[in-house]
Amino acid sequence: MRVMTPAFLSDLRAALPANALLVEAEALRPYECDGLSAYRQVPLAVCLPETLEQAQAVLRVCREHRVPVVARGAGTGLSGGALPLADGVVLSLARFNRILEIDPDNRLARVQPGVRNLAISEAAAPHGLYYAPDPSSQIACSIGGNVAENSGGVHCLKYGLTVHNLLALKVLTMDGELLDIGLSSLDSPGYDLLALMTGSEGLLGVVAEVTVKLLVKPERAQVVLAAFASVESAGAAVARIIGAGILPAGLEMMDNLSIRAAEDFVHAGYPVEAAAILLCELDGANAEVSEQIMAVRRVLMEAGATEVRTAQDEAQRLKFWAGRKGAFPAVGRISPDYYCMDGTIPRQHLAHVLARIAELSVQYGLRVANVFHAGDGNLHPLILFDANQPGEMKQAEDFGTDILKLCVEVGGTVTGEHGVGVEKLDATCSQFSSEELAQFHAVKAAFDPDGLLNPGKAVPTLHRCAELGRMHVQGGNLPFPELPRF
Amino acid sequence: MHDEAELRERVLRAAANKMPLCIRGGGGKDFYGRHCDGELLDVSGHRGIVSYEPSELVITARAGTPLAEIEALLARNGQLLPFEPPHFGPNATLGGMVAAGLSGPRRPWGGSARDAVLGVKLLNGRGEVLRFGGQVMKNVAGYDLSRLMAGALGTLGVLLEVSLKVLPRPAEERTRVFELGAEAAAARQIEWGRLPLSLSGTLYHAGRLHVRLCGSGQGVQAALDRLGGDEIAESPWLAAREQTLPFFQGEGTLWRISLPAAAPALNLPGEILTEWGGALRWLRTDLPAETLRRRVSAMGGHATLFRGHDGRGEVFQPLAPAMLALHQRLKLALDPHAIFNPGRLYEGL
Repeated sequence: MRVMTPAFLSDLRAALPANALLVEAEALRPYECDGLSAYRQVPLAVCLPETLEQAQAVLRVCREHRVPVVARGAGTGLSGGALPLADGVVLSLARFNRILEIDPDNRLARVQPGVRNLAISEAAAPHGLYYAPDPSSQIACSIGGNVAENSGGVHCLKYGLTVHNLLALKVLTMDGELLDIGLSSLDSPGYDLLALMTGSEGLLGVVAEVTVKLLVKPERAQVVLAAFASVESAGAAVARIIGAGILPAGLEMMDNLSIRAAEDFVHAGYPVEAAAILLCELDGANAEVSEQIMAVRRVLMEAGATEVRTAQDEAQRLKFWAGRKGAFPAVGRISPDYYCMDGTIPRQHLAHVLARIAELSVQYGLRVANVFHAGDGNLHPLILFDANQPGEMKQAEDFGTDILKLCVEVGGTVTGEHGVGVEKLDATCSQFSSEELAQFHAVKAAFDPDGLLNPGKAVPTLHRCAELGRMHVQGGNLPFPELPRF
Repeated sequence: MHDEAELRERVLRAAANKMPLCIRGGGGKDFYGRHCDGELLDVSGHRGIVSYEPSELVITARAGTPLAEIEALLARNGQLLPFEPPHFGPNATLGGMVAAGLSGPRRPWGGSARDAVLGVKLLNGRGEVLRFGGQVMKNVAGYDLSRLMAGALGTLGVLLEVSLKVLPRPAEERTRVFELGAEAAAARQIEWGRLPLSLSGTLYHAGRLHVRLCGSGQGVQAALDRLGGDEIAESPWLAAREQTLPFFQGEGTLWRISLPAAAPALNLPGEILTEWGGALRWLRTDLPAETLRRRVSAMGGHATLFRGHDGRGEVFQPLAPAMLALHQRLKLALDPHAIFNPGRLYEGL
């Protein structure tokens, strides 16, 4: 492992107050991984600036000494985007935790990057407003990390991803220069750097401030639960709901193994005999929701649902959701280890993809539980395995690789919302041509010519597409066991 | 020019000779942006729907496909482009729509043209055929170079195919009008913005505030009961989108001013028409560009010289030096020989 040169250390010390620089092994340990704990690496140092000027100074010092920088928010990411580098510095934005402005008339919030996702909605709530993207880790994950990953959630079909809910960013370049990207108006002059920056996984700049859109809280939200005798009929029901001109706020599917695991875990009242269930949430004005609930119930019955239940009250609505949101830890209880995949497919191929996954499950001799953001085609197969059985981990990895290839084959993608990070570098090779990858690298060089911002993540190099891995959950324990994961 | 291979040949030749190309679809938006000096590259022949499965809420078509054809197909399937793009002429194409990145009355509530882009296939300045994004809603693999194309005015590549997210057409859409002074109208729009209403358009001009609501039958009726206002005979939304309202027919310079929705009145001399709940203001004025831009910038927005200019000066709000430099580096990353629409967006870009 590389050690810090005295000159670099002394420059860092000059840039930061004493309590904002960690260099002792013990202090660095908590930063060795993010939410993808299969990958661990202790960095040279961790910088915890409190002001923009300090963050700029850190970047300038690192640039001068050609030391790579990995920006980190709450460290809850699932693809290793914030994994430190042995010869690099972690730039933590955790102390940038202030909500700077809630502007109810313009329906926007201006916040520092370390502010938690949910804290924005909490601050906006007194005004009847909220921030729509709701990644499952929203009680802990930071908005800066959400921007870096273009985080999703369960309401993307209707309300979009992070990229659809931003107005402006302040971004630090590797030179320590502060760029204003976007405005408080609905568009801004020049190239859409707001879109480019969102989801760039810390490779193009460091997010220093975020202005998000706030939405008016819907008058009412209501959930319908439907059971199906086959996964195919559940998939067909999804297409019928959309075909009927209804745009649900959330539309989730679980297969039998997930249903049973979730039911055992949270007792949501799920029908455990069903091959699949759908959860369909509708929100909006009161009259509108009533009308849509009737329409959705009718469509579900026509689509062959064996049972359709409407949540009778808010408590039951939350209970229906609790099963879905507890699906990952629930599966963690029935298997020593699991891999979580994050492919997206065009929904019309759902039956084919699930049938193929079932075949692969037999072929590899490993069980798989499927949870699915059915509305937007984002599939989270959980591959169950036991790392203590010789060869099983490798089997699970190969199984996962086959699933991601399958997603690409049917016109989908290797990552819907978790990001590439270090985890899906190899899978990303299968999605893009070498010209496309070269184009990404050229874009990176336009922002960061020396390649010092989070190098080696998100976009695989052309000549080295070998690294492989996925979200490996050991002993059923996620690094943040208290967070729901969906 | 029908064939991808032919377009690629043209790009390769232009790159080899460092001869700029001016990319053109239907030509209806030739007025938009700055003047382009170069050989015409007509992409309107590269057309046709590639795939459309209504239940997927995604359509993919070649860039030269007429917008009217796409909208007609969507309408037959009870769907629409949620950002209600202006055509500005009968021959508007999908590629031109994305390149201009303009959105119509529904934009604040239905999202922008850029928001709807899911993926593109394009020719970069090396003549390489590249695909970014895809045909799915959630996709975070690689940098988002597809949405970057929206509003880039063709300066980063030749669009070949575009995939867009589409939405179900609302079951019901109704418009009401209110006779109000400018101050009261602005206050009313701010108030509406704070309510859980399914708005899909506002338009204020000369003492009349139009508002459009959409959704299910009962939902819209409940909202109308709450808002009040008068029924109207003819809805103004198409004429607003296409700028065929009398306001847009006037002489002189037309500015497009984008502001935070609740920004106060501009208080500048000239005639004004307001859309997007206050976030988009069209101004006819003879004010010097610099004066107007300074004022708009101070209010947190930006101003575009939309019509009534010769295309030689700055059309879009000038960028800060560091941002312009970044734009130039990004341009060269995609178009290293600077052959695509040089100067159309900014001088030297």
